Amino acid sequence: MSPTPTPGQTVGPFFHYALPYDGDRDLVAPGSPGAVRLHGTVSDGDGAPVPDALVEIWQAGPDGRVVARSGSLRRDGHTFTGFGRSSTDREGAYTFTTLAPGAVDGGLPFFAVTVFARGLLNRLFTRAYLPLADGATDPLLASVPADRRSTLVCTADTHGFVFDIRLMGDGETVFLRFPGQ
Amino acid sequence: METQAEISDEIAKISREYDEAGQVETQPRVDYPPYRSSLLRHPTKDLHQADPEGVELWAPVFGRRDVDPLESDLTIQRGGDPIGERMVVTGRVLDGEGRPVRRQLVEIWQANAGGRYVHQRDQHPAALDPHFTGMGRCLTDDDGRYSFTTIKPGPYPWRNHRNAWRPAHIHFSLFGTEFTQRMVTQMYFPGDPLFALDPIYQAILDPAARDRLVATYDHDLTQPEWSTGYRWDIVLTGSHRTLMEADTEGGVA
Ligand SMILES: [Fe+3]
Repeated sequence: MSPTPTPGQTVGPFFHYALPYDGDRDLVAPGSPGAVRLHGTVSDGDGAPVPDALVEIWQAGPDGRVVARSGSLRRDGHTFTGFGRSSTDREGAYTFTTLAPGAVDGGLPFFAVTVFARGLLNRLFTRAYLPLADGATDPLLASVPADRRSTLVCTADTHGFVFDIRLMGDGETVFLRFPGQ
Repeated sequence: METQAEISDEIAKISREYDEAGQVETQPRVDYPPYRSSLLRHPTKDLHQADPEGVELWAPVFGRRDVDPLESDLTIQRGGDPIGERMVVTGRVLDGEGRPVRRQLVEIWQANAGGRYVHQRDQHPAALDPHFTGMGRCLTDDDGRYSFTTIKPGPYPWRNHRNAWRPAHIHFSLFGTEFTQRMVTQMYFPGDPLFALDPIYQAILDPAARDRLVATYDHDLTQPEWSTGYRWDIVLTGSHRTLMEADTEGGVA
């Protein structure tokens, strides 16, 4: 019989001296070839910014390959590891400098996103898809009601992509439950 | 601000409703009003069932470049012995099938022996310890085992309600072999009198599930004239990749 998973708990208010680290949000150096910005705001049920959230991304490289390289915690400035972490600032904003992910195994390209916050009792998963070509879909997007689908898709801006995360209420982001959870 | 009695009544009412419903919930509710900070910070829609795809079936890799072995000893970071009960906390990180999660990152953070964090937002008027930061990292070994040397954290007050106190705990951040297994949780100590009063701990409604967050005192881990020892194993959710394809160990998409 499989063991029962350990329960999660909130990340609480005091993670800032432990989880963030130098270079956490720069998967590539700002200004380097191909660098794009992925950024957005985490907001609560009143639409107010959440200044004590932590957002993580995990992504493929531009060629759609999932890398298996160490070095996310001590970036050497050359190795793309695909993992990044950004705490939100006083305006609820997070930012990553990264490369646009490619499609893995013929799927649509997306950033896998995890959200933690004080007040949030368990982590949340979602996806930030790159802007979709007309008619592009996949099994997940097809299974989401049309009026909520846009919460899973980045919009393009001059330097990259915007992905806002609404924990609750109007425009609530679609959060995911994987089998066995 | 509500009193502890009012919060305890809310906790008891939700617990009664849970018992009557007869459904086992082994993860915390994200909608748990006794934890006031959760009121505006939880999804109201059901989580959307999704099959993991692509990058979700893999996890970030951390290695010796990322973590110095000394980072697992929180008692040697500041050039002197921190105040408090020195202890070893060790255990295994397992996946949902009970297999060890090997060579993966574990991060912890905690208050000092007086219940104070090295964090500018911590206003608890207890002493900072110049010899204690309260954060550590390690990689699991080939058995999925992690080990930290630290001091036992104290309970601390917070502003959820009047006279609110958190049971002593260590925050843990964990990765698995897939990104879907990512989790953050808290480890507690046996017999803490604050368990019943704490809306964060009580947000896990199944008593057996709550117990899974409580470490076990283990005298075999206790070292003569040196430190006490606690054991705590962590089970992540199931892994999907191995169910979907013949497991090619170490393979990368
Ligand atoms: Fe804490």
